[in-house]
Amino acid sequence: MNHIPLSHILCVSTRLILYRYLWFLTRRNLITILMSVELILNSVNLNFIAFNKYLYPDKPDGFFFSVFIIAIAAAEAAVAIAIIIHLYRHYRSIDVEDADTMRF
Amino acid sequence: MHTGQIMFYLLSALVLVSGLLSVISRKIFRSAIFLLFSLTGIAGIYFQMQYEFLAAVQIIVYVGGIVVLIIFSIFLTQQTGSVLPAAAFNRKLFAVLASALGFGFMIFQLNNHVFTSSGKNSPGPEVAEIGRQMLNVNESGYALPLK
Repeated sequence: MNHIPLSHILCVSTRLILYRYLWFLTRRNLITILMSVELILNSVNLNFIAFNKYLYPDKPDGFFFSVFIIAIAAAEAAVAIAIIIHLYRHYRSIDVEDADTMRF
Repeated sequence: MHTGQIMFYLLSALVLVSGLLSVISRKIFRSAIFLLFSLTGIAGIYFQMQYEFLAAVQIIVYVGGIVVLIIFSIFLTQQTGSVLPAAAFNRKLFAVLASALGFGFMIFQLNNHVFTSSGKNSPGPEVAEIGRQMLNVNESGYALPLK
């Protein structure tokens, strides 16, 4: 594994995160926005693991941060999908621009 | 070229190509499936870096849990086979410009920065070691964030 330079792994995660920003900025559908947030968190995890593996292999700090990020991301996805389904039942659409009232 | 290197570049090509396809695809169900391939590729990269526990967690939580939940909510909220509306041109232009500039800036920084390793070399943490550190309150213990 150490034959691969660290910058190549970081390049992969940078490219992934920027595709996700592209997605995040162009789409107006709540489910696609949720999917892009998931993959942004995932490429951050890849960065944490790469730094942990290459720079500080004796301390598993990056590993623990990734485990906590995965746990938080799972909880966040469950809450976000509950909100999306509730919005759909009320507005019959999950476009972000249709959900424009604060209280209903 | 080393076999591990070839595997890494194949896996990262899988991750990046399916990531790009899921951005381009106008059918939301297809983009969820491409998201699944992308997440599996990242799990493969973790396996290759010898972080087996994290790769297993990635497959169980993301591929087995979150993507299934997302597909479930797509079925509940969208007509299957419907095509997402195309983004407005100026919004698309802004997004492409912002991510191209961000990518250029980050690659420039990556090439100019010299990373210094701590020099030691060890494989990823064992499962017993992970459990011990999760409940440890001393130095490099993670009991508080676990709470």
